[in-house]
Amino acid sequence: MGIEVVVEGLTKSFGKQNIWQDVSLTLPAGEVSVMLGPSGTGKTVFLKSIIGLLKPEQGRVLINGVDMVNSSERDIMETRKLFGLMFQDGALFGSMSLFDNIAFPLREHTRKKESEIRRIVMERIDIVGLLGAEGKLPGEISGGMRKRAGLARALVLDPQIILCDEPDSGLDPVRTAYLSQLLIDLNAQIDATMLIVTHNLDIAATVPDNMGMLFCRNLVTFGPREVLLTSDTPVVSQFLAGRREGPIGMSEEKDAATLAAEQQRNDSFGNTATIAAPRTVVPQLEPSPGMPVRQGALRRRERVMAMMGQLPEAARTAILNSYAPAAGGARA
Amino acid sequence: MPVRPPEPPGKPLPVLSRASESKAPVQRRPSRLLAPLRETGKLFALGIAVGRAIFRRPFQLREFIEQFWFVASVTILPAALVSIPFGAVIALQVGSLTQQLGAQSFTGGASVLAVIQQASPIIVALLISGAAGSAICADLGSRKIREELDAMEVMGVSPIQRLVVPRVLATMLVAVLLNGLISVVGTLGGYFFNVIMQDGTPGAYLASFSALAQLPDLYVSEFKALIFGFIAGIVAAHRGLNPRGGPKGVGDAVNQSVVITFMLLFFVNMVLTAIYLQIVPAKGG
Repeated sequence: MGIEVVVEGLTKSFGKQNIWQDVSLTLPAGEVSVMLGPSGTGKTVFLKSIIGLLKPEQGRVLINGVDMVNSSERDIMETRKLFGLMFQDGALFGSMSLFDNIAFPLREHTRKKESEIRRIVMERIDIVGLLGAEGKLPGEISGGMRKRAGLARALVLDPQIILCDEPDSGLDPVRTAYLSQLLIDLNAQIDATMLIVTHNLDIAATVPDNMGMLFCRNLVTFGPREVLLTSDTPVVSQFLAGRREGPIGMSEEKDAATLAAEQQRNDSFGNTATIAAPRTVVPQLEPSPGMPVRQGALRRRERVMAMMGQLPEAARTAILNSYAPAAGGARA
Repeated sequence: MPVRPPEPPGKPLPVLSRASESKAPVQRRPSRLLAPLRETGKLFALGIAVGRAIFRRPFQLREFIEQFWFVASVTILPAALVSIPFGAVIALQVGSLTQQLGAQSFTGGASVLAVIQQASPIIVALLISGAAGSAICADLGSRKIREELDAMEVMGVSPIQRLVVPRVLATMLVAVLLNGLISVVGTLGGYFFNVIMQDGTPGAYLASFSALAQLPDLYVSEFKALIFGFIAGIVAAHRGLNPRGGPKGVGDAVNQSVVITFMLLFFVNMVLTAIYLQIVPAKGG
């Protein structure tokens, strides 16, 4: 079973520029979470802070009792072995072939025989669909392949926590869909806690159990996916609909004057653009046939049912709807 | 429609950012003045971290051998080629000086001492920092900007232990061995030029050599080479691990690494020479 990640009051600045402040959330063990946010809101910085590559000024990140911000370097190094991180552009070692890249964590951390390593690595290469390319250097393959190789390397040590930095960037829609399914299947198989940072709406709508959004130096919300998907907070609804109208501007936030002008224009046009049809919550992806039942999903169900009282009305309805067919015993 | 997204109560953003702005100049001014000190401190910290990581298992033997071979292969030939003219220049210069003073019989001792104690470690320093250090710095720097080092750290592998330690040890060992090579080649070159070109007598050359030179001269020469190798390795690694901004930053880092190493090595050489001359009495004095 995966490990719970508890983030408390995290604040990070680069020099004078504050990236985000007072971010607190809990990634429930074995569940899939997505962190959304417009480009440049510090999503990648957040990932790197969780794994201890960047040191926020305030707050804690607790994993198995180890604080990834303030604990000793030795403890942090040990805890990192529980992680698999998929970098935005793969971050493969340029001087090694794909095979050696993917075998690297095994060779560093285990005393497995070369034949055993070969078996595990080829299995992972098969999962991400790179069979036949294992002898190539990272410079000789496309960005999408590099990304998948990065995922294979992140998976090779059977991590308890998997962090994905924009798994979709550089992938075509079909491959993105495959990747989404792959992430869910992985979660069903190894029950790892997963955090995906992305701004891809398809992934956001179909993959996660929980969703959060970073905007304007703050965590807007974090909770069960239905809460965000049905939210009428202007930032969230603008982002999920991919509209220009709303508080998110080209640089980051719009100023009051622009917003007021926009409002007026909408009013004069009968406000058709902003009042979108009530968003329907797309059902979450299920593991492929033959995969085990996702333990994280079962745990989540109990957790969400317990917190039902605190959720907004729309989210409550969506959750009940999503669990209605399942309650019929289809998945048990 | 609210202008800003809802913020956590009790933490109004504008107030916070204003507070940090008013604090900023107070924090900023010393930081710019102390920047060189901070870099120096980081350099020492890296030196200590590498010193500690040397004894941590598992030792990266493969990487060490590869790096050793690489450093040796880029330095041996230039070292040998540089040391012959260097030995010759010293021999000719000392020879003509001693001729004027009428102390021609001491040419051998004087030129050999100069080659072993000064010329040879300095040539080592130039080659190790210029050829090996720049390559190490560029290698680490490009790995850093491509996030390879981050990826390594994320996998629970310390780049210092995995990459920096084998490189520093390789430069140290190559420096010591290279110093021996240069001493021999330089001395032979000096002998050749003194005996053939300046009509010195082989007997006088060797006799004065054994009259003036002593074993500690060789020891201090090797010790200097060891220290130079360490400094060159650490500085190259330090600059390579902290490049500023993209590929251009790596180029700048390599440049800085070579310049900083040169300055440090010449300074350290001066200090070591001064200490050595104080504590080890000259032979036959």
